[in-house]
Amino acid sequence: MKRIPNGGRIDRSKPVNFSFEGKSYQGFQGDTIASALLANDVKLIGRSWKYHRPRGVVGDGAEEPNALFQVEQGALTIPNVRGTQAPIYDAMVVNSTNAWPSVNFDVMSIFGAFSRFLPAGFYYKTFMWPAKFWMAYEHIIRQASGLGESPRESDPDHYEKTNAHCDVLVAGAGPSGLMAALSAGRAGARVIIADEQEELGGRLLSSSELIDSKPATKWLEETLEELASLKNVTLIPRGTVFGYHDANFLTIAERLTDHLALAQRSGPRERLWRVRAKQVVLATGAHERPIVFGNNDRPGVMLASAASTYTNRYGVLLGDSAVVFTNNDSAYQTALDLKASGMSAVTLVDARASNENLIEPLKAVGVEVINQCAVVNVIGKARVIAAEIQNLSDDGKSIFGAKQRIDCDIVATSGGWNPAIHLYSQSGGKALWNDDKACFENGISVQDQVSVGAANASFSLVDCLTEGAQAGRSAAIAAGFNTKNTRIPGVSCSAGTDLTPLWRTPTEDPPGRGAKAFVDQQNDVGVSDIYLAAREGFESIEHVKRYTALGFGTDQGKMGNISGMAILSEALGNSISDTGTTTFRPNYTPVTFGAIAGPEIGENLSDPVRKTAMHTWHQENGALFEDVGQWKRPWYFPKLNEDIHQAVDRECLAVRNSVGIMDASTLGKIEITGKDSGDFLNMIYTNAWKKLGINTARYGFMLGEDGMVMDDGVTIRLDENRYFMHTTTGGAASVMSWMELWLQTEWPELEVYLTSVTDHWATAAVAGPNSRKVVDSVIDGIDFDKDAFPFMASREGLLAGLPVRVNRISFSGELCYEVNIQANHGCFMWEQLIAAGAKYDITPYGTEAMHVLRAEKGYVIVGQDTDGSVTPIDLGMGWAISKTKDFLGKRSLERSDTARKDRKQFVGLLTDDPKVVLQEGSQIVNNASDQIPLPMLGHVTSSYYSACVGRSIALALVKNGHQRMGDTVYVTTPDKGFVSAKISTTVFLDPQGEKQNA
Amino acid sequence: MLLIECPYCGVRDESEFTYSGEAHIVRPLEPSALSDKEWADYLFYRSNPKGLHREMWYHSAGCRRYFNAVRDTVTYKFKCVYKIGDSQPNLDELSSSAKHPADVEAK
Repeated sequence: MKRIPNGGRIDRSKPVNFSFEGKSYQGFQGDTIASALLANDVKLIGRSWKYHRPRGVVGDGAEEPNALFQVEQGALTIPNVRGTQAPIYDAMVVNSTNAWPSVNFDVMSIFGAFSRFLPAGFYYKTFMWPAKFWMAYEHIIRQASGLGESPRESDPDHYEKTNAHCDVLVAGAGPSGLMAALSAGRAGARVIIADEQEELGGRLLSSSELIDSKPATKWLEETLEELASLKNVTLIPRGTVFGYHDANFLTIAERLTDHLALAQRSGPRERLWRVRAKQVVLATGAHERPIVFGNNDRPGVMLASAASTYTNRYGVLLGDSAVVFTNNDSAYQTALDLKASGMSAVTLVDARASNENLIEPLKAVGVEVINQCAVVNVIGKARVIAAEIQNLSDDGKSIFGAKQRIDCDIVATSGGWNPAIHLYSQSGGKALWNDDKACFENGISVQDQVSVGAANASFSLVDCLTEGAQAGRSAAIAAGFNTKNTRIPGVSCSAGTDLTPLWRTPTEDPPGRGAKAFVDQQNDVGVSDIYLAAREGFESIEHVKRYTALGFGTDQGKMGNISGMAILSEALGNSISDTGTTTFRPNYTPVTFGAIAGPEIGENLSDPVRKTAMHTWHQENGALFEDVGQWKRPWYFPKLNEDIHQAVDRECLAVRNSVGIMDASTLGKIEITGKDSGDFLNMIYTNAWKKLGINTARYGFMLGEDGMVMDDGVTIRLDENRYFMHTTTGGAASVMSWMELWLQTEWPELEVYLTSVTDHWATAAVAGPNSRKVVDSVIDGIDFDKDAFPFMASREGLLAGLPVRVNRISFSGELCYEVNIQANHGCFMWEQLIAAGAKYDITPYGTEAMHVLRAEKGYVIVGQDTDGSVTPIDLGMGWAISKTKDFLGKRSLERSDTARKDRKQFVGLLTDDPKVVLQEGSQIVNNASDQIPLPMLGHVTSSYYSACVGRSIALALVKNGHQRMGDTVYVTTPDKGFVSAKISTTVFLDPQGEKQNA
Repeated sequence: MLLIECPYCGVRDESEFTYSGEAHIVRPLEPSALSDKEWADYLFYRSNPKGLHREMWYHSAGCRRYFNAVRDTVTYKFKCVYKIGDSQPNLDELSSSAKHPADVEAK
């Protein structure tokens, strides 16, 4: 073990055993995967995705590009876990995500040797042609690269969601966030403070600074105690604020069990918080950025802040010697921390000129400081052996002099700090370049939000504490609370924040030659790739990002993005503010699908399931179901060993020859009342309604104002001012909204009331030559004589004493009675009708037979035979259009394009081979042997085998179809090329309608 | 997710509402008297401004009332809501409030 004897946040009395790549290791309670591996001197933890170069831990938080692991196996496996943030637990199984067959022996690393031949855009350029080979290439590329593997089994965990409102939401519990929460909490505001780490405290957890003359961790402990004692403050550790949406709506993913040993886990794995906050304080800190130099990806090269964290917070002894390379003040503390950890030699290389004030404390403890030099290269492959440094010119643009080699175990670099403005950017804000501090920072607030501390480019501890306290107080006041100033704790000495920008060590080689220098390690994007993109003409950072993959992947460029932009601007000769930054979008870090879905999974919870009153009967009688909108409708009722075709043929023949029964409850039903109902229907429907007799039904089209068919159905006049409208099953809700729209906005003077009654009624359609005998035998009070109760009439009667309404309407072309009863009696009614029909072998039929039966009669299904571009005239149903009155969409029917005679029109299609059933959606052409591209005439909208007609039938939309009866056209098939078919009428059976009028 | 104030119910979550297009598009009283162009103006042409926009919203998962709103299409922010039939608010007065940072060059 490589540990410092004392200190840090680990509990040395609680060893934790885990495995990595099949080998057992031991860490302590409080370790992350990364700290535990480093403490075991495991520096090589994975391979890069493109060149398969050995990689190690670079960071200590969300910015980590390399330390991604596959945790656990089987159904519990989690891909791409950031080892810098995930705690270890007993018996944890950890594997590398991208090394085959193993981290130490990686056959793919041969790619590294050829890296000159694998530049940015390599895959685009090489594998674009021929296109059909892409499938084969892709297979190999995906296997060779890629990150973790997603689980192949369903997730055994469960997840929950909670909604919350608060006065002040604080994102991040470092010094600024804690001060904000404290001052808002003391004022009495409802505060939620969430932090992505295992412990609240942020940088204080690894700080060696003093607050109020106490160690920072002691102040942290006391502050957390006070916050926990405030009933109006909610603390959410392990809670990542990952989304900032409109109107201060933020989402937090709280991890509840991932830190526990598998055997100790119970309850939900994660909780998704959906928070509306009056005020938001973003105290999300900053990510350190590295300086880019040759072979800067060797295991052992890490961020200076990460080196301090592993040393101070996790008690890891990172080696015996270190080189710290910086362009700013903050890394001086790292050099002190490393020296204090017991290293024998620590060298600080500062790109800047010497500054006695900074150097003095280092010299005092024996740290060597070298100024105006830069690390140019790293020696070592699977781990750092030495760093090579050279002199840096005053302008930072060139190196000179002899290379000097410094042996070391780690190289810690600091190129400055990037404020974590991700949430600010998500809130709609625009990042601005700050030339003095050399970073992008938040611009003005777009929502009720303020950024504080390092997230606001105020990096010193005293600024963090001060800004946090002020922001918490202001937020509480803005939320309506009175409060005094909060005392700002005293800070011993705050480290300086001076910086001279240096994004990469200049090279003597032209870009693309010499040692590879990485900007984005997760995506293997090097300096040379960015220069290549610039050379090839990419100027926008958004394009360069997509060409090189800079900023892609699970880390979304948290470490490399800004350096990449700076290097691009250098390549283009622009300023960084001109090059600009990309927009950050949710999510801040990857979020599990489980947390997003929460408990709303499975058939009954992801979307409401609507079942009719007869559903249980259908189930018990073997129905297979079809989803129609949210409804479950019986599709067909197979008898023993029947396939769908046999069952549907049988059901259709039964309806045509004796009697069938179908559950029609799902059709939309809207009751329309009020003295102006008739006038209203006259506007909504294409045909006239005011002269319709009471207890009489009429078929109507509803058009959009563009003249296109929107819905259709039969409406019955129940009384002088009372109508009962049927809509399509899927259109019920939109028709209701459509009618409400017109009543509320355009014709508020009309006295019309709409009531959705779809669920109030259960409906059975009894269809077939024997249907009259069936309904007559169970329903009292109605004269079923064909003249007394004609087609398109409606009557009220009693079924076993229960009121029913019987409508003689038909969607099958058969004699048919649709019987409606109060929905809770639906199943009883159904059983009565089934019993009464037994002597005629009454046959329940489903939607599939219904489709065939209506197609035999050429009846349209809106949404299947129409697609929003079809008028009633196109459908050959101009008879349903009133010539005398206005209605919605009427004027559009006269528009030149709508009135065109050669539009695509609704026709029948009969294949020359009666056995061939066309595929719905197939394109239709005039002549199959013409040269492609062939003009498309239209497409098949419905197609079935009809047992009743004894052949296949199809409906289609065909250009100028109404004038082309009898013409031969050709229809594509998936497997037989073109087949020939003749255009016909849409009515394939009983053209005079004798059966339904019988 | 936006917060939207229904003039009948008060402030509710965006998920309860449906956007219903530009407001104050009046259906011509005599469509048959219009030229194709005039009808097309009513049917297809919308102002689609960058900035303040009068638009219609529908509290579809609430009171099911349609209402009008003025919203900034750049910031998405609602400036005001008003009932169908109420007089149209003056956009110039509403637009005098703070500009979006996208329009502000420097901090």
